[in-house]
Amino acid sequence: MKHLTRRRILAAAPAVLAFGGPLLSARPARAAKKYGPGVTDTTIKIGNTCFYSGPASSYGTIGRAMAAYYKMVNEQGGVNGRKIEFISYDDAYSPPKTVEMTRKMVEEDHVLLDAGPLGTPTNSAIWHYMNQNKVPQLFVSTGASKWDDPKGHPWTIGWQPNYHGEGIIYANYILKQKPDAKIGVLYQDDDFGKDYLRGITDRVGTKGPAKVALAASYETTDATVDSQIIAIKAAGCDAFVNTAIPKFAAQAIKKAAQIEWKPIHVLSSIGQSVAVTLKPAGLENSVGIVTDFYLKDPTDPQWKDDAGYKWWVAFMGKYYPNGDKTDVNNVYGPSNAATVVQVLKQCGDELTRENVMRQAANLHNFQVPMLLPGITINTTPTDFAPVKQVRMARFSGQRWELFGPLLTGEIG
Amino acid sequence: MQLFLQQVLAGLANGAIYAGMALALVMIFLAIDHLNFAQGEMATFSTFIAWQLLAWGCPYWITFVLVVAISFVGGIAIERVLFKPLHNADILANLVAFIALFSILNSADGYIWDYTIKTFPTPFGSKPLFGSVLIDAHEAGMLVVTAVLLGLLYLFFSGTRLGLAMRAAAHNPVSARLVGIRVGWMTALGWGIAAAIGAVSGMLIAPVVFLDPNMMFGVLLYGFAGAVLGGMTSPGGAVLGGFAVGVIENMAGTFVPYVGRDLKLTIALLVIVAVLMVRPAGIFGRTTVSRV
Repeated sequence: MKHLTRRRILAAAPAVLAFGGPLLSARPARAAKKYGPGVTDTTIKIGNTCFYSGPASSYGTIGRAMAAYYKMVNEQGGVNGRKIEFISYDDAYSPPKTVEMTRKMVEEDHVLLDAGPLGTPTNSAIWHYMNQNKVPQLFVSTGASKWDDPKGHPWTIGWQPNYHGEGIIYANYILKQKPDAKIGVLYQDDDFGKDYLRGITDRVGTKGPAKVALAASYETTDATVDSQIIAIKAAGCDAFVNTAIPKFAAQAIKKAAQIEWKPIHVLSSIGQSVAVTLKPAGLENSVGIVTDFYLKDPTDPQWKDDAGYKWWVAFMGKYYPNGDKTDVNNVYGPSNAATVVQVLKQCGDELTRENVMRQAANLHNFQVPMLLPGITINTTPTDFAPVKQVRMARFSGQRWELFGPLLTGEIG
Repeated sequence: MQLFLQQVLAGLANGAIYAGMALALVMIFLAIDHLNFAQGEMATFSTFIAWQLLAWGCPYWITFVLVVAISFVGGIAIERVLFKPLHNADILANLVAFIALFSILNSADGYIWDYTIKTFPTPFGSKPLFGSVLIDAHEAGMLVVTAVLLGLLYLFFSGTRLGLAMRAAAHNPVSARLVGIRVGWMTALGWGIAAAIGAVSGMLIAPVVFLDPNMMFGVLLYGFAGAVLGGMTSPGGAVLGGFAVGVIENMAGTFVPYVGRDLKLTIALLVIVAVLMVRPAGIFGRTTVSRV
């Protein structure tokens, strides 16, 4: 006989009613197990959307690294004896396509949950759909602060430190160096840029002595941000928070050097890649810039004897041999997937969508190998921000060097 | 005052970027009377070829000449293969072909060279010019090259037989054909020149904005704005229009309070709408009258 699932039992119900009988006796034995869509005694089907093509396809490796992690989990026996079936669709960073693919995975593939879908605009496009249909939108791979909204959107939960919290951390750092700093901010004129700006202004406040002297926005269609940098310098700023995407962040660093402007320069985690941002901007122009980290940077030699890093190298070697071992996205993927697996483990045999969200909001001191030492994942029914801590790092001219304690993005 | 000067010069530097693109747009418009949406992607593709040659160790100026030549031939090839068959087709068919070309080239860039940004060397160096922080050597070089390019085009169109033939073919194809000008080839030549200009502007822009498959996307919008402002039928006007858009954009962003910075593109485009309402052919454009 095939495995009994809730749906099969329901489908069989008329027959049972018609014949009275023997099948009914099977139900109490199965009562301990409660399954939602996509779950059987041997498998759990989960979905995902990622950018495997299109303008942002360099992030596509996140989805591949996630798949590699689930493959590893399956080879090691699965979650409570069930194999994970990971269905990842390409949305090409195009929100309408995300909607299409997500509906397909929910309505045709009947997945239990959507695990770590990538991108802010893409996740925004399915935000209401997932909450209306009560499908877990688990650990979305984006740093917007709006995912931490357990009341309004109880079926969506973030994962990484959010931009608003990072903005607060950057302002904290600047105020510690210079309590009367005049801060200039370069931000993208959309949700994610404004999240950063809001964090900074929330922390700096209006009373002084420090203030945000000039917040200059850019559009992704701008040719350069030279004009913005000139204006920020001219406003007399002695601190600069650079929250631009890599291309514009690099232009800003280069322009600041060219006009001989040397503020306290904070670069957001969006643009912190040495290869993608700092090298084009000029490593010599980038010395002394600070940023924040929560994952172990795979190019940082200080981790070479670290147990977590060694695990990651072995994992990459065996399950994702084509993956770039210098790309932090390949650290991100498995770390995010590990959190999904932890939730499924905690669900036990009650693999319903309701219980998935209950367990996602019930993580305590969960450790992931490639998170910085001391950072743990914690959630509660009123706290949907799993990773909250970061550490600051300063660029030496060759690499980022961590300094200072673990920080959280809270005011006060 | 320093702020004003810096913003004007930064605007001119951006303007030089837009002007190069505007010039290429006008070249094709003169030849075929349509706007080439794929112009930016053609330039990006040329720049990637240059990047590849440089990565293989080819010296800068040899690469420069080689890429301009390759782009010229490539432009002609595109016209012969893709657009000649569409010569008498509906404007919508042409439009679709432009968009197809856009997306083919953009995806090809990404497929071959991936999407991460790349640095591109400058032949002029990036030291401040004359020790001033106002403008650096590359920005100054860009202004000079744009001026030289414009001068060469002027000489070509007013002083050579081929240039005259091209103008004749564009102005009055029927009469041109009657006096023995091969109008089809003149069109192809227009494509070749536009592709070559695009290659030059791509190679000049890349050191500033960094090279990636979407490098020209925003630039094309501003370049189009510049071309419309100056006049779609006037190469000199297009260049001036490009510079004007760069400067207006920076002035609006810096000196218009509250809305200026967030809406600087909008303000630049509003200026253009205003110009078009007064002079639909653009400031330097020639008004075309067609008999109905």
